[in-house]
Amino acid sequence: MMHIPILYNVRSVLQRPVSTALTALGVALVVTVFIGMLALADGFRAALVRTGSDHNVLVLRRGADSELSSGLERETTDILTAEPQVAKGSDGRPLASPEVYVIVPLAQNGDTMALKNVVARGVSDQVWTVRANLRIEQGKRPESGHAEVCLGKNLVGRFEHTAVGESLHFGGRDWTVVCHFSAGGSAFESEIWGENEQFMPVFRGNVFQSLTLRLSDPAAFEDVKRAWEGDRRVTVDVHRESDFYMEQSELLGRILRILAWLITSIMAVGAVFGAVNTMYAAVASRAPEIGVLLTLGFRPRSVLLSFLVESAFIALVGGIVGSLLALPVNGIVTSTTNWASFSEIAFSFRITPGLLLSGVLFAVVMGVIGGFFPAWRAARMPVVQALR
Amino acid sequence: MKFLPLLWANLTRHKRRTVLTVASVALALFLFASLRTVVTTIARNAAAGSAQRLVVQNATGLVFPLPLSYANRLATVSGVTGVSYANWFGGRYGDGKRFFANFAVDPATYLDLYPELQLPPDQREAFLHEKTSAIVGQRLLEVFGWRLGQDVTLQGTIFPGDWTLTIRGVYTPANRSIGDDMLLFHHDYLDERIGRAGIVGWYILRIANADAAPQIAKTVDDQYRSSSSPTKTGTEKAFQAGFATMWGNVSLLMNTIGMAVVFAILLVTANAMMMSARERTKEVAVLKTVGFSDGRLFGLVMLETGIITLAGAAAGLGGAKLLYRATNFNAAGFLPGFDVSVATLVLGTSIAFLLMFASGLVPAMRAARLPVVQGLRTVE
Amino acid sequence: MALVEIRDVHKSFQRDSEKIEVFAGLTLDIEPGSFTALMGPSGSGKSTLLNLVAGLDRPTSGTVKVADAMVSAMTPAQLAGWRARHIGFVFQQFNLLPVLTAYQNVELPLLLTNLSKRERDERVRLALDVVGLGDRLRHYPRQLSGGQEQRTSIARAIVADPTVILLDEPTGQLDAKSSVEVLALLRRLNDEFKKTILIVTHDAHAAERAKTVLHLEKGVLIEKGVKA
Repeated sequence: MMHIPILYNVRSVLQRPVSTALTALGVALVVTVFIGMLALADGFRAALVRTGSDHNVLVLRRGADSELSSGLERETTDILTAEPQVAKGSDGRPLASPEVYVIVPLAQNGDTMALKNVVARGVSDQVWTVRANLRIEQGKRPESGHAEVCLGKNLVGRFEHTAVGESLHFGGRDWTVVCHFSAGGSAFESEIWGENEQFMPVFRGNVFQSLTLRLSDPAAFEDVKRAWEGDRRVTVDVHRESDFYMEQSELLGRILRILAWLITSIMAVGAVFGAVNTMYAAVASRAPEIGVLLTLGFRPRSVLLSFLVESAFIALVGGIVGSLLALPVNGIVTSTTNWASFSEIAFSFRITPGLLLSGVLFAVVMGVIGGFFPAWRAARMPVVQALR
Repeated sequence: MKFLPLLWANLTRHKRRTVLTVASVALALFLFASLRTVVTTIARNAAAGSAQRLVVQNATGLVFPLPLSYANRLATVSGVTGVSYANWFGGRYGDGKRFFANFAVDPATYLDLYPELQLPPDQREAFLHEKTSAIVGQRLLEVFGWRLGQDVTLQGTIFPGDWTLTIRGVYTPANRSIGDDMLLFHHDYLDERIGRAGIVGWYILRIANADAAPQIAKTVDDQYRSSSSPTKTGTEKAFQAGFATMWGNVSLLMNTIGMAVVFAILLVTANAMMMSARERTKEVAVLKTVGFSDGRLFGLVMLETGIITLAGAAAGLGGAKLLYRATNFNAAGFLPGFDVSVATLVLGTSIAFLLMFASGLVPAMRAARLPVVQGLRTVE
Repeated sequence: MALVEIRDVHKSFQRDSEKIEVFAGLTLDIEPGSFTALMGPSGSGKSTLLNLVAGLDRPTSGTVKVADAMVSAMTPAQLAGWRARHIGFVFQQFNLLPVLTAYQNVELPLLLTNLSKRERDERVRLALDVVGLGDRLRHYPRQLSGGQEQRTSIARAIVADPTVILLDEPTGQLDAKSSVEVLALLRRLNDEFKKTILIVTHDAHAAERAKTVLHLEKGVLIEKGVKA
């Protein structure tokens, strides 16, 4: 089967530059919004997903749906920390971090009237080993027994008094900022960390909110869960740390994704309508050419394919432009409230090569859909009518 | 107007193109109105708090409780005409996927301080007298299929266990900013079950004179400043506004997308208009021969564009307004009172006009400027 | 006094880098009530002359006066209004608006006047009657034969009762039978209704029907024949 040379389509497209450009640009904008919104949703999800590790378990009081609403007695944390399934550090001590979890209001930089609810987590000194992807970016770790805090790097610069050496005030006390830490892009980077024993008396009394433990055998999670949840000495729910944080992102993440698809779908319909118009006009104005092609012996199927390719090509160009337009957004830090934990979480837009590819693919799909009926009409055009 | 048949004939010449273009405009403006309404709803709800109610929280943070014992002292503060308190319960119903606000309150004083929660008197009495009863917002009956008099069981998250309550009242909010999907039950019941801990989540104070708010707030906070549970008092308005900021950069996001949408549509409309114009060069020349002036042709093209954009605007904006009204949409409880405001409609219409000018200008000017002789010579 | 006075008109075109001179000092009178055929080989400037009279084009130098209006000196805006009242133009390709019915096409010139709907309706029906299409008001151009389209075109040209009717090769796209009908109609418009007609044509039959024949060759009037 003879294929109509692509050059014909490319040349024809160039013959109507304005119309082509407008259509391509319309597609481009849809793709930009698509990529932008999914990058937002993905960034949020990524931050929370990276927050947990498969190797760790998070223990909360039974029935609590977040660290905020949980409460664990010292007795409970002591019992579980001593369990055999807990991994041991190089010094022989169990890798466990019983933690205090509270929300404190902090004044935002430049806008002292607006207070944001920031997570303050009282951790054990083991936390730096229990959680694998932590790194001190600046300063040194808080010393035991001191009113010192280490700030996740997403807080730095966005809130007042966050530089190393400065003093933060919350919970009725002053705390010296002694370091900044990074945590592999996870939600921890939006938190204030201090020593759990220091936080306890200030906030909740003699109780922790959660216990994070490293399992020596991550595959044994199900057994551990069954054993500890059935243990009469304690009343707990055991979660795999990675799963837990992923669920925390579920509600907002789902909303963002639904929103992304909804908005881009509606925009896409508009762009497709634009493509349809353009292609129908193209077919109509090129009727004599089509007639000639059919007379020469090209099959209707070739004509159909030819116009589909043309439409897809215009959309492809639009898709590429749209992807490029979306790129600058990558890495921009934004914040919102994670309603599950009622805390502020900062995260960055995350554009992956996969997302860019999806955007371009989405564009081509729009082009094919938009071009289908016009191409169909072109293919079915009676030669005589076309040549008139 | 007498030129209507000519305009109409031109618009229906390519029915499909016209319909698609109108539909594109409608979709874009529907989207625009929806996005903008998210922003306006958040803003409106933020400003909706009463200026005559103050909220007293624990200064350490929203999540920390205050002693129940403060109630009596607060009532004696000068300027305060009523005191109530509430505790965030955070319970879930069923599979827990549908979030709704539920809290424990002091029934008599809470209903007194919140006349916006409208209840039939008999239901009110029933609620007040039964310790394990609850009142729910109208919408929850639809969402969960509850009925008046039914027992419902909530899973406690902060206060663990199963909590069974009897629905004795269904309230309707007096204004749209107050959610119609809350559940309120007796604080006494909560307190009793958790072993008389004597704590509340926050206090609400009604004051006689809104202007005295800062003064009264300071009095209260000064009183408890050095206690173990220091307070932070502010107007309910400020309290609501605080929640609004939790949405973060949503406004910026919505506005940006809104602009992108409008721009995309502009391209589609402009393209359609230019295509139409290009096909009619000969006819424009003929009309000029007959005696239609340049200015008149300019006007006709603009008018034609205008009909398309305004028809699309009516469909899109009107559709949004009606849809959200009819479905009583409130984003699963997060955006109560979601309603396309008049300001948004006006803004949307202005955009339609902008669209008309932007996409019609080039074809209209081309038509106006077309030299007749050249136009007649073109072989279409 | 002549209805149309063309005095010492020069007209040249710029085509790419070439300057083409169509008229070099043409002078011509068209009397009121005359039926003039303008003939000549292609490129002789016949159509251009018609355009100048209708005010669709402007001479490079010289004057064109139609019924006391100095057409060559009017602004485009003025010309538009003037043309609506004084000129009826018929094209070779009919040039009816395909989206309008015959009735609506004929009504077009009247939309530019202040006549009421009722008055417009009267004139449109009259014009269509005169050209013999009283029963085809609601038809679209694609539903009419070539001859019928051209007659509709003529109806449009006469509906506003113009000062002069200009026709550019009106029978060029018609078969013999339709041509005869159209030419008979023109003759009738001239005899009965005293309309001044200027027709540019190749068609010898058209020339026969006219009362005056002008020959134009390379922009110069070379022969003038007046018949009874």
